[in-house]
Amino acid sequence: MLILECPYCGVHAEETELHAGGEAHLKRFGPGASDEDFHDYLFMRENPKGVHLERWRHVNGCGKWFHAARCTMTLEVFGTYTAQTSEPPQEIKDKISAKRPGWTWREFSA
Amino acid sequence: MSTRLAKQGRLIDRSKQIEFSFNGRKLKGFAGDTLASALLANDQMLVGRSFKYHRPRGLVASGSEEPNALVGLGTGDRFEPNQRATTTELFSGLSAQSQNHWPSLEFDIGEVNSKLFSRFLTAGFYYKMFIHPRPFWKHVYEPFIRQSAGLGKAPNKELKDADTYEHFYFFCDVLVIGGGVAGLQAAKSAAATGAKVLVLEEKSYWGGRTPVDGGMIEGLEAEAWVAKTVAELEAMDNVTLRSRTMGAGVYDHGYILGYERLTDHAPGQGGPRHRMWRIRAAQTVTATGAIERPLSFAGNDVPGVMLAASMRDYVVNWGVTPGKRVLIATNNDDAYRTAIVLHEAGVEVVRLLDTRETGGGDLADRVRALGIRVECGRAIAKVADGKRVTKVAICAQNGEGGAREEVEADAVAMSGGWSPVVHLWSHCGGKLIWDEAQAHFRPDPDRAPTGADGKPFVVTAGTASGPLTLKAVMADAAAAGAKAAEAAGRPAQAVASIATSEVVEAQMEAVWLMPAKADIQLRMKSWLDYQNDVKVSDVQLAAREGYESVEHTKRYTTLGMATDQGKLSNINGLAILADTLGAEIPQVGTTTFRPPYHPISMGAIGGSARGDIFQPLRKTPMYDWHDANGAHWEPVGHWRRPFAYVRSGESVHDAVNREVKNTREKLGLLDASTLGKLIVKGPDAGKFLDMLYTNVMSSLKPGKCRYGLMCSENGFLSDDGVVARIDEDTFLCHTTTGGADRIHAHMEEWLQTEWWDWKVYVANVTEQLAQVAVVGPNARKLLEKLNAQAGGGMDVSKEGLAFMEWKDGEIGGFKARAYRISFSGELSYEIAVAASEGQAFWNALIEAGQEFGVMPYGTETLHILRAEKGFIMIGDETDGTVIPQDLGLHWAISKKKEDFLGKRAQERSHMVDPDRWQLVGLETVDGSVLPDGAYAVGNGLNANGQKNTIGRVTSTYYSATLGRGIAMGLVKHGPKRMGEVIDFPGLDGKIFKAKIVDPVFYDKEGEKQNV
Repeated sequence: MLILECPYCGVHAEETELHAGGEAHLKRFGPGASDEDFHDYLFMRENPKGVHLERWRHVNGCGKWFHAARCTMTLEVFGTYTAQTSEPPQEIKDKISAKRPGWTWREFSA
Repeated sequence: MSTRLAKQGRLIDRSKQIEFSFNGRKLKGFAGDTLASALLANDQMLVGRSFKYHRPRGLVASGSEEPNALVGLGTGDRFEPNQRATTTELFSGLSAQSQNHWPSLEFDIGEVNSKLFSRFLTAGFYYKMFIHPRPFWKHVYEPFIRQSAGLGKAPNKELKDADTYEHFYFFCDVLVIGGGVAGLQAAKSAAATGAKVLVLEEKSYWGGRTPVDGGMIEGLEAEAWVAKTVAELEAMDNVTLRSRTMGAGVYDHGYILGYERLTDHAPGQGGPRHRMWRIRAAQTVTATGAIERPLSFAGNDVPGVMLAASMRDYVVNWGVTPGKRVLIATNNDDAYRTAIVLHEAGVEVVRLLDTRETGGGDLADRVRALGIRVECGRAIAKVADGKRVTKVAICAQNGEGGAREEVEADAVAMSGGWSPVVHLWSHCGGKLIWDEAQAHFRPDPDRAPTGADGKPFVVTAGTASGPLTLKAVMADAAAAGAKAAEAAGRPAQAVASIATSEVVEAQMEAVWLMPAKADIQLRMKSWLDYQNDVKVSDVQLAAREGYESVEHTKRYTTLGMATDQGKLSNINGLAILADTLGAEIPQVGTTTFRPPYHPISMGAIGGSARGDIFQPLRKTPMYDWHDANGAHWEPVGHWRRPFAYVRSGESVHDAVNREVKNTREKLGLLDASTLGKLIVKGPDAGKFLDMLYTNVMSSLKPGKCRYGLMCSENGFLSDDGVVARIDEDTFLCHTTTGGADRIHAHMEEWLQTEWWDWKVYVANVTEQLAQVAVVGPNARKLLEKLNAQAGGGMDVSKEGLAFMEWKDGEIGGFKARAYRISFSGELSYEIAVAASEGQAFWNALIEAGQEFGVMPYGTETLHILRAEKGFIMIGDETDGTVIPQDLGLHWAISKKKEDFLGKRAQERSHMVDPDRWQLVGLETVDGSVLPDGAYAVGNGLNANGQKNTIGRVTSTYYSATLGRGIAMGLVKHGPKRMGEVIDFPGLDGKIFKAKIVDPVFYDKEGEKQNV
């Protein structure tokens, strides 16, 4: 069971307090989008063995959504950060780069 | 024969005799016995039958790795199948039954069957047999499999487990799993740093197997050292010791489950039977020891063939011997210890066969000095079949099993080497390396399981790390304890040097088949997995059939898939696979180790969450009144809602019919408090709701209500309800009962993660309000009477509060908010009051309503009333694959809005397919009620030869209003097929014929709700 620090209330929350929300930083496509863009937005997800940016909600706590940068293989947590951003903050990217040089994730990279 | 010895037995108390029963036979043992040792003391060599072939089976091991001795324990509401005799401590009155036999353990029909069928039962038999020829399945295979399959009997489903269970949370710096000498030393080293330490030991006693194997630690006999060390640890405030507690699993980020068996050895003592320890440890030391491997020779499953160290355990710990003339076969030095122990106990060791041409070290010299005949380069060709060992044929190890010599013996001790218990290390990603010298996989300390910080959080200690000599074990354990404490943040300390006695052992030899070139007749009798009846020949067949991956071979042959998860068979099986494939063992690799290490009880997993406290029950403010007035309860999420209010002499169905007619003709009251009530507030609230609902909400005027639909981004209908605009910035959104929390979360998700710059707050006020639907032709009269009694109140006239309007005010003196909305088609007011006033308001309505024929009604009447009106219900008409367009709800989908959740998805090709099933009403030709969920069949057959389906029933009821069955359903091209009669086959073969009609069955013009 993972432990993630909620960046809003500061609690080190156990997984039972959290709700996993899948991949982070999806760009929403709506009316007017091509079939392909909309299909990718709805269904295509990253499934890396390694660095993953993902959404969590502190559902049995403060109720806030946040983001986590985590290694799916070693379960190392590089950091958690606000949900009100469309890309990981530089500080988080630096932390990942320090531990996983050369990482990439969608359009983000070291 | 197996028997109790005159002396020995360090764990038993011969002054305390204990009576127990096995298959109804009264037997006697001693305090300190396990069920296994007590059975051996009574010469009960045969303890069970095997899974597939029903072969007679006896004890192989002395600990939790035992594959054969599974018994049904206890009776009635304390019966439990598949309990290991080796881990069951004997107590007075223990009642055990053997398993997998019919009609009796001694004589079994299945064994005869297996001889007839065994050629069908090879590797992959499930896949090969169950397909062709088809008729064989029903008449031959199924009866046979049913008779032979399964381990123990399931407990009686009518009875509830009489015991209680609990969970317990614990946090520590260093958790040590295993209370053998390594675990104790690791705990001692860690505790010396001041770290908070917890030590778990699955057995009832400390010290593991070192007191049996012998040796000196820090100048003391092992047993004395254990006693001293346990006493020292117990005296330390920062150390907690728990015996009878197994480390069951290691999980992400240092979460560990412990399984404590509190009263299994003393039923009736009171308190919980099992306790689940939910532990968070900064560092975990696994001092889990090692398991001896069997040797693969023909007849290695005959009762009396036992692991050499286990046989030694039985003699030293419990003073029992499985035989009086024992033959020992080994490929390493450890089994020589068994020869010495047996000899000292007065048991004849008829022969010690050492596969190594060069023989053993110091211990071999001692054995020879005792006059025991040791033969090097020799092996067992075959143990004669039977219910116990009688004869053993011996041969050269490096041959095909010819030139045999027959020896009489009544027990065989075997040792194929030792494998560290790597399960807990592996559960969370620890990797293994192949140790060529010991022929085993051991933890690779450079590839440990890692925690949130990316650093290792598991350290192995003692034989669990690989080393097998006492000196190496103690050095490793001291280092592991210090390392774990330092990694947990304690000050670094010098590793203690532990003085021990030393024995020079010769190199072991890897032996995967005995004799090395055994012929097929022998290999077909050489068992790898005792519990699942997998033999050397099965794994070889799988390899020949192309199974190269160890994970595939496991599933194809069922090797290691039984309740012991291959504790004995794993390495031997994959070595055979590697050999057959011509590959190296490390290249073939192991299967995945998964928790729990050893089966744990379902009760322990559930803990105290059962019965009334399984989950919290949500009750509306009027719950007690409903309960006192005949409520037949229906679970709706965590809520309980009255399904109907049953009067004396009525059936539930009678009650529903009465409630339906009374509401339509006079006056009904519904407790609608469970409906979700979400306040959405802020300057951008209207804009936000326009994105959430398919229709426009921002244009709604304060004081007005509007019905709305919510879809997921996939376009599927997710929830519905009436939205009331309270003021310019504030809306109140009603959701379905089950949808309140889900829709609240849905709103929060979009607000927090997509439109985080929109100024909107959402609050779930569902439980702050009690809400009552006052429904029926007399509804207004009742409210006006209440207002008159109170000397005034809210104007509830047609003009004062028109249909789809809401108003704040007083009704009968209660501060209330009334909505003129109707889910029944009748004149209807939904009135919200403070939750604290809910019961008083309900009482007032009931009392004043008597003259108007008031009756409460339940959820079934609610459903019928809405179905008569053709109103959809989320969860009936929708199932996560239905879009609003399927339900003819185009009128509630805005064409003007640029965007809303689901809009783009509803333009996808599959969503606009004219062949989608669409909502219609269904009327049976004979007036009967259609079965719920029934499918309509059309012309033609599908690829499986089944009739094509063209629709299904989504809601179906008996309508007391119309005196007939009514239903709604989704039917292909339905709205274009009005008047057509289609077939709905029922489960019993009856075909229901139903006419496609308009879904509105009652008051099509909607006059009644608008009076």
